[in-house]
Amino acid sequence: MASQKASAAKAGAYDWPAIIKDLLGTAFVSLLIMVPIVAYKSVITQYSLVLVSRWTEVFVILALLLGVRLFMHLFVWNRAPSPVAADAKPAGPAKASLSERIGPWVFPLLVAVAFALPFLAGFERRPIDLGIYILTYVMLAWGLNIVVGLAGLLDLGYVAFYAVGAYAYALLSTVYFPYWFGDGMVPWAFYITLPIAGLLAALWGVILGFPVLRLRGDYLAIVTLAFGEIIRLVLINWFDFTNGPQGITVPKATFFGLPFKAGDDGFAAFFGIEHNRIHYYVFLYYVILLLALLTYFVTNRLRRLPIGRAWEALREDEIACRSLGINTTNTKLTAFAIGAMFGGFAGCFFATRQGFVSPESFVFIESAIILAIVVLGGLGSQIGIVFAAIAIMGSFELFRELSVFQEYLPEGTDPVHFRMLAVGLAMVLMMRFRPRGFVTRRQPTVFLKERKAVSGDLVKEGHG
Amino acid sequence: MEYFLQQLINGITLGSIYGLIAIGYTMVYGIIGMINFAHGDVFMVGSVAAFLVVLGIGLTGGSGILMILLALVLVAAVAMVVAAAYNWTIERLAYKPLRGSFRLAPLISAIGMSIVLQEFVRVNQEGRPKPVQPIVTGGYEIMRRATEAGEFIVRLTNMQILIIVSTLILMAVFTILIQKTSLGRAQRACEQDQKMAALLGIDVDRTISITFIMGAALAAFAGLMFFLYYGVTDFFVGFLAGIKAFTAAVLGGIGSLPGAMLGGLVIGLIETMWSAYFTVEYKDVAAFTVLIIVLIFMPQGLLGKPEVEKV
Repeated sequence: MASQKASAAKAGAYDWPAIIKDLLGTAFVSLLIMVPIVAYKSVITQYSLVLVSRWTEVFVILALLLGVRLFMHLFVWNRAPSPVAADAKPAGPAKASLSERIGPWVFPLLVAVAFALPFLAGFERRPIDLGIYILTYVMLAWGLNIVVGLAGLLDLGYVAFYAVGAYAYALLSTVYFPYWFGDGMVPWAFYITLPIAGLLAALWGVILGFPVLRLRGDYLAIVTLAFGEIIRLVLINWFDFTNGPQGITVPKATFFGLPFKAGDDGFAAFFGIEHNRIHYYVFLYYVILLLALLTYFVTNRLRRLPIGRAWEALREDEIACRSLGINTTNTKLTAFAIGAMFGGFAGCFFATRQGFVSPESFVFIESAIILAIVVLGGLGSQIGIVFAAIAIMGSFELFRELSVFQEYLPEGTDPVHFRMLAVGLAMVLMMRFRPRGFVTRRQPTVFLKERKAVSGDLVKEGHG
Repeated sequence: MEYFLQQLINGITLGSIYGLIAIGYTMVYGIIGMINFAHGDVFMVGSVAAFLVVLGIGLTGGSGILMILLALVLVAAVAMVVAAAYNWTIERLAYKPLRGSFRLAPLISAIGMSIVLQEFVRVNQEGRPKPVQPIVTGGYEIMRRATEAGEFIVRLTNMQILIIVSTLILMAVFTILIQKTSLGRAQRACEQDQKMAALLGIDVDRTISITFIMGAALAAFAGLMFFLYYGVTDFFVGFLAGIKAFTAAVLGGIGSLPGAMLGGLVIGLIETMWSAYFTVEYKDVAAFTVLIIVLIFMPQGLLGKPEVEKV
């Protein structure tokens, strides 16, 4: 097929029968896809369900699709492979050295911007909220990255550990601490619970990790998905323990015992500044920033330890790994446990930021979003994850803004719904065109004589 | 006893639906070794398409039996063709370019596609559940006995008969298709050795596409039945049904067609019996637990062949 097209291009003529056949096929399939579901919309009126037909939209979309396809046929697909493309490869090293020079500066720059953000934003509520939101997902994705990106174990139930952390804080601070130690402990609950939440989540990581040790790839992914759903269903149904779907209202965090309130014993009074509600959000922002940085540095250090190298070896080829004497059991368990621990920290933070936890926050789609961030960042790349999180979470906010354009869209279309559609599409496109993420270079941490950056595209992962 | 009989009937009905979906998982896994995570959502597309056609032709329970049956055949045909078009397109766009990519790529792509399908339907049809008045009504009394609590009647509804009988017919047609036709032979050949099959003149890409189309058609039929049985459908029904059907496929032995049907029945029965004798709230937990136990302790399933790991 490809060679036919190339020869047609050389002759300077288009293979019209083939193009028309292809266009007709495209039209047929896209009509099948669109006719019932796009062309007819069911609308609930006062008395009954009625169908509203939307053929105009169908034909507009169809015309667009065919136009694009015709354009591709005429100008892109029939072009003979250009000699320039073949020569493009050797130009790689020059580009690599440029990114090598910039590379080390990217992360410090990001951290500096992150630390300055509340000041840059002029202590406005919205940008700080957005920053908290994005950083939470950066941290979650860094945690999941340990399991998926480094150890190569696809975990679809990561949100379960997030839930464990959140509920650990909620239950300890509202039920158990007042019961065990009295109300005096509650202002400190966040600081005491944070490590406990991490440990509990890590424990659950090991509990999940043990049975799935012998599973790999797809089966492992499905089991973790089932595990995540079980945790959520138990949270919904175990009413006595978790208060079920109604959720739990949790106390706010304090600044080392100083509550953020207007009174004399509050944070503002202690530091002699005027009380402002924004203080609390700035405080939360720095807490999540520090937690995220902790995740980053711990992961980075771990990568240089034998355990981190074992993770990456496991990702590349499990059988080779085992034959080299690496204990795959411990390797997998530590990956699960440490990944889960950071999920637990993030969950604890999430509970205090929301002031409320309910099982609704821990649905599968959350796991999918975190996974999408890791995938878009390029499995294993920590900097990539930051940009992916900003892109995805930022675009979510952008879609929210889009509701301004509501009147230009077809009636009854809510732009907010398009955001998950975009995330799903992004995952598919990413796997198809840049399966290694946008930052595709792999920096080896051990090297013989010189450090060579290998393009991720050149590394083929083992099928073990 | 009567209570058990009733649950048995309900369980078999539910199991038939799961079995039909499970076949799509098992065939795709058999032939290209990937979990089509979006298969549950193809089932959902089939059920929403069926709903739209039912609403479009104004089918209600009031029409004559013959009319209803004819109309249902039409609805089923439309839903199956539409779902087949979806699955074919998904395979073309999201899976085919990834053959030979790294191990997790197709699964991640499939998860993305699953989200795309759900949100696509939600954007186009709104998120609210779509209810419809019962269309196939009536039924038979099988057993009746007076108990202390009153009279207990075991019922077999016409809807249940329709589901079980049509599943049997579809399964028979499908088995003949796989066992006796050249298409089925090509599929079995590709399942065993794609390279060899290609050398012997089988168009492997085409065979894989047809596998996706067949799986989608069966799932769409299950979607229609699901929607008629429960009287409601929405954009999210594919998630749970998909996972349960996948459990069924693994339980039966992934890659094995009779296994998928058997697994479907077992999962349907477990779910029904669990709701009947234990707690309704935890029925999904039961299904998920079965999934985990099966995957961990008997990944080859009831009728499957143990997988040998090759370097």
